[in-house]
Amino acid sequence: MFARGLKRKCVGHEEDVEGALAGLKTVSSYSLQRQSLLDMSLVKLQLCHMLVEPNLCRSVLIANTVRQIQEEMTQDGTWRAVAPQAAERAPLDRLVSTEILCRAAWGQEGAHPAPGLGDGHTQGPVSDLCPVTSAQAPRHPQSSAWEMDGPRENRGSFHKSLDQIFETLETKNPSCMEELFSDVDSPYYDLDTVLTGMMGGARSGPCEGLEGLAPATPAPSSSCKSDLGELDHVVEILVET
Amino acid sequence: MDGYVQRVLTATPSRLAVPLPADIISTVEFNHTGELLATGDKGGRVVIFQREPESKNAPHSQGEYDVYSTFQSHEPEFDYLKSLEIEEKINKIKWLPQQNAAHSLLSTNDKTIKLWKITERDKRPEGYNLKDEEGKLKDLSTVTSLQVPVLKPMDLMVEVSPRRIFANGHTYHINSISVNSDCETYMSADDLRINLWHLAITDRSFNIVDIKPANMEDLTEVITASEFHPHHCNLFVYSSSKGSLRLCDMRAAALCDKHSKLFEEPEDPSNRSFFSEIISSVSDVKFSHSGRYMLTRDYLTVKVWDLNMEARPIETYQVHDYLRSKLCSLYENDCIFDKFECAWNGSDSVIMTGAYNNFFRMFDRNTKRDVTLEASRESSKPRAVLKPRRVCVGGKRRRDDISVDSLDFTKKILHTAWHPAENIIAIAATNNLYIFQDKVNSDMH
Repeated sequence: MFARGLKRKCVGHEEDVEGALAGLKTVSSYSLQRQSLLDMSLVKLQLCHMLVEPNLCRSVLIANTVRQIQEEMTQDGTWRAVAPQAAERAPLDRLVSTEILCRAAWGQEGAHPAPGLGDGHTQGPVSDLCPVTSAQAPRHPQSSAWEMDGPRENRGSFHKSLDQIFETLETKNPSCMEELFSDVDSPYYDLDTVLTGMMGGARSGPCEGLEGLAPATPAPSSSCKSDLGELDHVVEILVET
Repeated sequence: MDGYVQRVLTATPSRLAVPLPADIISTVEFNHTGELLATGDKGGRVVIFQREPESKNAPHSQGEYDVYSTFQSHEPEFDYLKSLEIEEKINKIKWLPQQNAAHSLLSTNDKTIKLWKITERDKRPEGYNLKDEEGKLKDLSTVTSLQVPVLKPMDLMVEVSPRRIFANGHTYHINSISVNSDCETYMSADDLRINLWHLAITDRSFNIVDIKPANMEDLTEVITASEFHPHHCNLFVYSSSKGSLRLCDMRAAALCDKHSKLFEEPEDPSNRSFFSEIISSVSDVKFSHSGRYMLTRDYLTVKVWDLNMEARPIETYQVHDYLRSKLCSLYENDCIFDKFECAWNGSDSVIMTGAYNNFFRMFDRNTKRDVTLEASRESSKPRAVLKPRRVCVGGKRRRDDISVDSLDFTKKILHTAWHPAENIIAIAATNNLYIFQDKVNSDMH
């Protein structure tokens, strides 16, 4: 009934990282799932801008959920220590085999898309990705931005982002969306993270740890395709094609 | 609760596997005598059913509901300022108490409330002097004597006309309307404000509740439902997305931002999750007929509150607790935001609410028994007694049980209504209307 995405394994990287993270597995998996829930919520808020008229009650409830997660993340001391490894590991876990999405996002930031993203994770793409990831770090909510900028500033930019949502709900105007998404420094609008998070993480992540559901079965590729169609639509609007 | 029988299956007949969006029923409401039943749909239409009087020839057939009138209440509009479409979907219908031969009801979409008058015409005058049967002027030379026109019976014609249009009162989407017991005023509530109108005055309304913060950035709570007290014309209640109820007294101040009473249940720390707030959001609030209690519906429960006790509800009933472990998935597919309604029976002894898979639930407050029934064409033949259903959560599984994972979450019963005096219920299942009657216990106890 609820489609799940395939869980991806980083084959080349596994031996290196596995030992280090073994002891912290439960903690980081909760953090990953919480991050996935956050990403899912952010996408829901974005998507409801694009439709006819957002349901205010639904938007408020989702925004409150986002605030809750963000507050817990800033208060969570143990999470901080895990952050560097988790930050590097997380984007790899949530890679999407769609070059269109990645190119569109990275094209904006001026970074180069990594070759051979789709199948298999060899050392080549991984090492290409790392510089890209660190270049994106200031905009990645879960990454070292939390430590670099400090939780307070990030909290401010988070609140600012949510504020902007409600302002646009007030004065619903198509041009407001351009204003919203023109601020590329805001971690909220890291399209790559948000969309990849929804594709990879949201499908399998949050529902497992947070609620103890049975492990997911792999979803048929057709469900991924329909999601891609929706995401393509979102990206089209954002890049104003 | 045991002998529910499907009396009438009245629906927009649809051979389509997937119902047309415009046919989806969005509200159901009995009038004050139960003789009439109104439904509104997503296409802006209102259909009124009338109960046929009991026939002497067939004493067992206790008055079935037939279509009485159909009219287009609201049309889609376009808000040029915001570049947004205004849906024609009927959010709520409320009947006015009948004061003469005509019936009146209020119907509302997201922005505009309309007062409709429904009249019957079953006689027409015949025998005019100057006009003939078709209405053409007679040749005066043929008129030799004068006659008095006589009223002759004709086939019943039901005429519906819009008498008032209450527009431009709301910036946000209207979620509730409620007619005051004074029969002169009514209120309409949107996400952030509640307005008081006089039924005869359309060009102005009074704002009685405003929870819009000065900075929209600080918005964390919205109004989800509101209703006037059935007897005290100065009292009304409104519910919020944070699960609280506020009882307000209009005599206290012109702007009722300060509640007279705040009903809120403290959160259970053992059940806390990221979804706690969302599932505590109240989707419907209804005063009991006695006026002593309130019934609220949140995502997983229905609660009965005593107006004299603000600290917690006096009764809590689990509607579908097996969904508690599925909240994340229900958040993902947006089902967690579904707004279910709830209803009292005429004697306030049984409460009813809808669920998924076309199931609806009834709870007897006295015996503490509950039952799950299903509204579907396949599972019930006309006049067959409804069979109680059961959802199994693992463990022992009986033959006709449904497992949680096979529930159809697209078949949701959001709108239900209970006849004010008898054990007759109306259930809206997507585009179909089901009317069930309790054959065993026709009278309320």
